[in-house]
Amino acid sequence: MLRRPDPLADTLMTVSLGPQHPSTHGVLRLELVLDGETVVKATPDIGYLHTGMEKTMEKEKWQQVVTITCRMDYLNSMGNDLGYCLAVEKLMGVDVPRRAQDLRVLLTELNRLTSHLVWWGTHAMDIGAMTAFFYAFTERERVLDIFECASGARLHQSYFIIGGCRYDVPTNFLPLVADFLKEFPKYLGEAKKLVTGNKIFQRRTKGVGIVSKEDAINWGLSGPTIRGSGVNWDIRKAEPYSGYDTYDFRVPVYDGGDVWSRYLVRMDEMEESWRICNQALERLKEPGPVLSNHPKLELPNRDLMKQHIDVMIHHFLIASEGFTVPIGEVYQSIESARGELGYYIVSNGEERPYRVRVRAPSYVNLSALPAMVEGQLIADVVAVIGSIDIVLGDIDR
Amino acid sequence: MSETLEKTPGVKPLPRYADVSLIRNKFAETVQEIIEAVSEVTIVAKREGLVELMTFLRDEPSLCFDYLSDIGGVDLGEFASPRFAVAYQLYSLEYNHRLRIKVFLEEDDAHLPTMWSIWKASNWLEREVYDMFGVTFDGHPDLRRILMPADYEGYPLRKDFPIKGY
Repeated sequence: MLRRPDPLADTLMTVSLGPQHPSTHGVLRLELVLDGETVVKATPDIGYLHTGMEKTMEKEKWQQVVTITCRMDYLNSMGNDLGYCLAVEKLMGVDVPRRAQDLRVLLTELNRLTSHLVWWGTHAMDIGAMTAFFYAFTERERVLDIFECASGARLHQSYFIIGGCRYDVPTNFLPLVADFLKEFPKYLGEAKKLVTGNKIFQRRTKGVGIVSKEDAINWGLSGPTIRGSGVNWDIRKAEPYSGYDTYDFRVPVYDGGDVWSRYLVRMDEMEESWRICNQALERLKEPGPVLSNHPKLELPNRDLMKQHIDVMIHHFLIASEGFTVPIGEVYQSIESARGELGYYIVSNGEERPYRVRVRAPSYVNLSALPAMVEGQLIADVVAVIGSIDIVLGDIDR
Repeated sequence: MSETLEKTPGVKPLPRYADVSLIRNKFAETVQEIIEAVSEVTIVAKREGLVELMTFLRDEPSLCFDYLSDIGGVDLGEFASPRFAVAYQLYSLEYNHRLRIKVFLEEDDAHLPTMWSIWKASNWLEREVYDMFGVTFDGHPDLRRILMPADYEGYPLRKDFPIKGY
C-alpha cells in the first residue's frame, strides 16, 4: 500500500491492487485512487506476462505456429489454434474435411466449457464463495482427460493444425465424451443451486459495474461481456466457421449490463455448449479423413515413400522446409470463450508468416475496466474483474 | 447426414464484406485504392482526412461501422519505403460486414491521428501499436507504453529488432 507523506492533508489514497493478488487472475496490477471506499480512478498496469509471442511467430514455420497460439490464452487453447488455422486456411484456400470440422467444433466447445468452469469457480471465489472452485476444477479435470485422450496433452494441445487435425481420435475417445456429456447437466444443475441461487452472490453482483449497450459497442467489448449488455452478437452465428451454422444452439443475451447479467450469460452458454457437443458427437460416429488432402499439408503415404524416390523427396521437403502460403493478408475472427479473437496475418509468400497480429479479446475488454469501476466501491472491483473473465496470457501475449 | 450438412462447404461461408463504392468519389483525396482479395475489402487510405473518413464510415446509415475490432501494425522492413502499415479492422454489428482500412507511413513521419473520439476501443489498441512499432498517435489521451516497461528503449516488433539477446 502506497501512502502519501501526510495522509490527513489529502483525503485521496492510492492503493496498488496486484500484481500478486489472487482476484486479478494472473498478474494484473491496478493502481486505484480511492476516496474512502470509492474508486476515483483506476489505471490497469499490464505487461507482466509479455513474452513477445507475435514476434516469435515470425520466426516459426506456418505449421509450427500452433504451438505458440495455444499458449497465449491458456484457458481456451483449442480456440486459439482454431482461429489461426482458419486464417491460414482462408489465405491458402484449403477446404477442411467434414470430420475434422466436427472434431474442431466438439473440442472447441469442450474447451469453452473448461474455460467457463474456471471462470465460474474463480469468480465465485473472488466474491467469497470458496466451495464452487473445487467443484469447478473437479469437473474441469474430466474434460482435460478428454483432451489428453485426443491429443496427448492436457492444456497446450496443439491438436488442430493447418488443414484439419493432427491425427484421428482413438477409439475410447467417443465413449469418454459421451460419459462426460451425460453427467454434465446434473453437475450444472448443482452449480446453479450452489451459486446462482445464492442471495449473497446476487446482492454482490446485481447492479454492479454497469455498461450500457452503446458504451459496450464503442469500447469494443465482445463475447459474453457484450452479450450481458444486451447486444446479440456471437461470431459463431454472425460469421459461421467450421460449420457452426449447421448446429442448433441459441445465443443467450441479457440486458442488465451488470456483473449479474454477464454471469447469467456464461452460465447459459455452458448449457448451449453442451448442446453443441452432443450434436457434434452424433456426427463423429461416421468415420472419415481428418486432414485435408492438399499435397503440402498431408504427409505422403509411407508405403509409397518406400517405393518412389519422388514421394520420398516430397516428404522430406514438407518435413524440412515446410510450405509456403500465397502472398496476401487476411483477417479471421472466431468466438473464443472471452470474445472476438482475431488473427490478422500477412504473408509474403515464404514458409514463415511475415506478421501475425492477434486481436486478443481480454485485452480490449480490460481496456474498458476503468470505465466500469470508477465511482464504484473497492470491493466491487474484484467482482467486475471476475465478470469480464480476463486471462493475462491472452492480454500480454 | 442431413441435407443442410451436405450443402455446407469447407471453411466457408466467409464473412460478408462491405460495399464501399460510395466512398470512392466522396473521399477521392483520402482513398488511394480499394482492393478486394480473399473475399475481403481493403481501403488504402492517406493520413490526411482519415478521421473524416472513419467518422463517415461510422455514421453513414448504409455502412454503420460502429465497432472497431482491431488496429494492427506491420513493419514492411528496415529498408522499405514506406516502412510501416497500420491496418484498422472495422465491423458493423448492424449489417454484419467488415472492412479493413490500411494506412502506409514513412519511418521519419510515423504518426497518425487518434480514433479515440470515434471508437473508445482505439485507446489500448493504439497504445500497443505505439509500444511495438513507435508509431505515435496525435491527440491520444494517454499515449504511454503498455506491454513493455515505461523506460524501455526500442520497438520490439520492428523487423530490425533482434529476436535473440545481444
